Amino acid sequence: MVIGIGVAVTLLVPLVPLFQPYMIQFAMLWVLILMALTWDILGGQMGYNSFGNVIFVGVGMYTTAVVQREMFFGAEYASVAGQSSLSLVDYLTGLGIGMGSGAILSVALAAFLGSGILALRGHYFAICTLGLGVAAGELASGWDYIGAGSGLVTPLPPDGVGESSTFFYYVFFVLVVITFMLLRWLYSCRFGLAINAIRDDEDKAEAMGLHTTRYKVVAWCVAAFFLALTGGAFGNLMVFIDPTETAFAGATFGVWMVLMAVLGGKGRLWGPVIGATVFHVLQETFWTYLFGWQRVALGLLIVAVVVFFPLGIVGWVRERFAHRFGEAVDPAARTEQVTLGDGT
Amino acid sequence: MGDLQILIDAPIFSVQLLLDGLLIGAIFALVAYGLALEWGVTNIINIAQGDLVILGGYVALTVYHLGVHPLFGVPIAAAVLFCVGWLIYRTVLFRVIDRDLFTSILATFGISILLQQLIDKVYGADVQTAEANLGTLFLFDNQITLSNIKLVAFVVVLACGGLLLWFLKRSRTGQAIRATAQNARAARIMGIDTEHVYSMTVAINAAICGAAGALVVMVWVIQPFIGLAYTIRSFMIVVVAGIGNLGGVLAAGMGLGVAEQFAGFLLGAEFQIGFVFALLVVILVVRNLRLARKREYLH
Repeated sequence: MVIGIGVAVTLLVPLVPLFQPYMIQFAMLWVLILMALTWDILGGQMGYNSFGNVIFVGVGMYTTAVVQREMFFGAEYASVAGQSSLSLVDYLTGLGIGMGSGAILSVALAAFLGSGILALRGHYFAICTLGLGVAAGELASGWDYIGAGSGLVTPLPPDGVGESSTFFYYVFFVLVVITFMLLRWLYSCRFGLAINAIRDDEDKAEAMGLHTTRYKVVAWCVAAFFLALTGGAFGNLMVFIDPTETAFAGATFGVWMVLMAVLGGKGRLWGPVIGATVFHVLQETFWTYLFGWQRVALGLLIVAVVVFFPLGIVGWVRERFAHRFGEAVDPAARTEQVTLGDGT
Repeated sequence: MGDLQILIDAPIFSVQLLLDGLLIGAIFALVAYGLALEWGVTNIINIAQGDLVILGGYVALTVYHLGVHPLFGVPIAAAVLFCVGWLIYRTVLFRVIDRDLFTSILATFGISILLQQLIDKVYGADVQTAEANLGTLFLFDNQITLSNIKLVAFVVVLACGGLLLWFLKRSRTGQAIRATAQNARAARIMGIDTEHVYSMTVAINAAICGAAGALVVMVWVIQPFIGLAYTIRSFMIVVVAGIGNLGGVLAAGMGLGVAEQFAGFLLGAEFQIGFVFALLVVILVVRNLRLARKREYLH
């Protein structure tokens, strides 16, 4: 019921004229939520600190743009005086195929890289991914086929699409809903238990017979899949792809996704969503009032959140208002457990 | 791979690259030893290591702009960074030291972002360097050029390493540091103020970074956002050489320096940093495969 109203309201937002100029901000909010949600699969639920998830955003973005370029014959699609020469069907097909192949490539990359480096424990993995993210950016800025350092232009959406930010608002919203639902299902079934076990004690999980590396790779592939879709659409929203500023943006998105998940409460389904929302508001505030110092303020915010507020918003609320939001124990199930324990 | 032909035709170039790599690599080794010290004693892997190096470089640069010879920047940067390190421990790190590694990595990651953005704000994003004006050495009929500052830097690195080793072996604080590294709880029982030891360790590590940064600004260039590369390099060196093995660290550092020089020459300078990061991934994966094989033997 509540979720139904929420979905209805979000679907109607673009129709309100008051919000029209801010549609790109709303679309951005969905992008941030997607990034925080996917970071939390590893970072929160599995206890693996990944600083390199941004490579999947970049891979998705570049693959989509390259597929679009190759399908529509080089630079011909490029706008003629700001007007797109593509038909609506062509544009949507290109975008769809591009995002799809980006996602496939990303998942393949995650499976390949993951089988190598996800066997690394804790801090080795963290630093390894930190290196991967930067290496990908360096590679992209040196590779001529994808435009090297001067970046890549994606086709302008044709008129049929309407306002591009509104169009992508819906695209990202659908992605958020799918990701959220899928993660809620995943966390509630055996898979969720397995990755939580890996977080709590990996050696024990392995000793209990879990194929831990397999679970870790699958978890990373899920994150890679949605990040690539996000990246593909985001590149088209931005129209221009810069190798280190938009695609492999370790200094912005790479940092933000960690901060958002920790701020909201890592390891909780709603944590990243709330964290991303709060972060987006904070970031805009910093941008308005601390112009020039906003990145310094963000660095300070990371340290402050990690040191003083490690539970995050959701964790704090659950602890502070435990009777309302805390873990609910079903009395019947509990009695059953107790009797089982006594009976044997 | 046209550059490979140059190396084959004129082997003297290899000597040039080798010398450059060895001398630069010694600085990497110094930074790596600091990282290993902090890792071993406080169990924190300092992601801000490279940013401390860069900060040291900018301190030395400030001294240089005041008209002092940049070599004097080395002790000054070390002293300033010692205070910075102490401050970092007293404000942030002491709160995360007994929490899990996840938290301390995130905390130092945040410090790293904070430092690089602050440096960018104060000094700007330009690539900068300090001229030492010590002249250049010409070897082998002028076929190899070697600026004297690189040799001086090498000597300074060795001196710093020796000083550090002596400090850890002989001084009271150094012995306390080693005792804490071996067993913090037992050290506390024996009356060692481990909080003081931790803060000293973090501060000494920062001082090492400061000295190394002051050398980097003379032999190479600095820029606010290249700190991460130094973190990665030192982490890589420590992983290869192990914690607390000074000879191994020096060898691994110099090896890395040489490998990097050759990679930069053969692949093009724009891929040199990319090579460092790719090498990290390779080294970690290979290490992991070797560990896995060792576990197989045990079965």
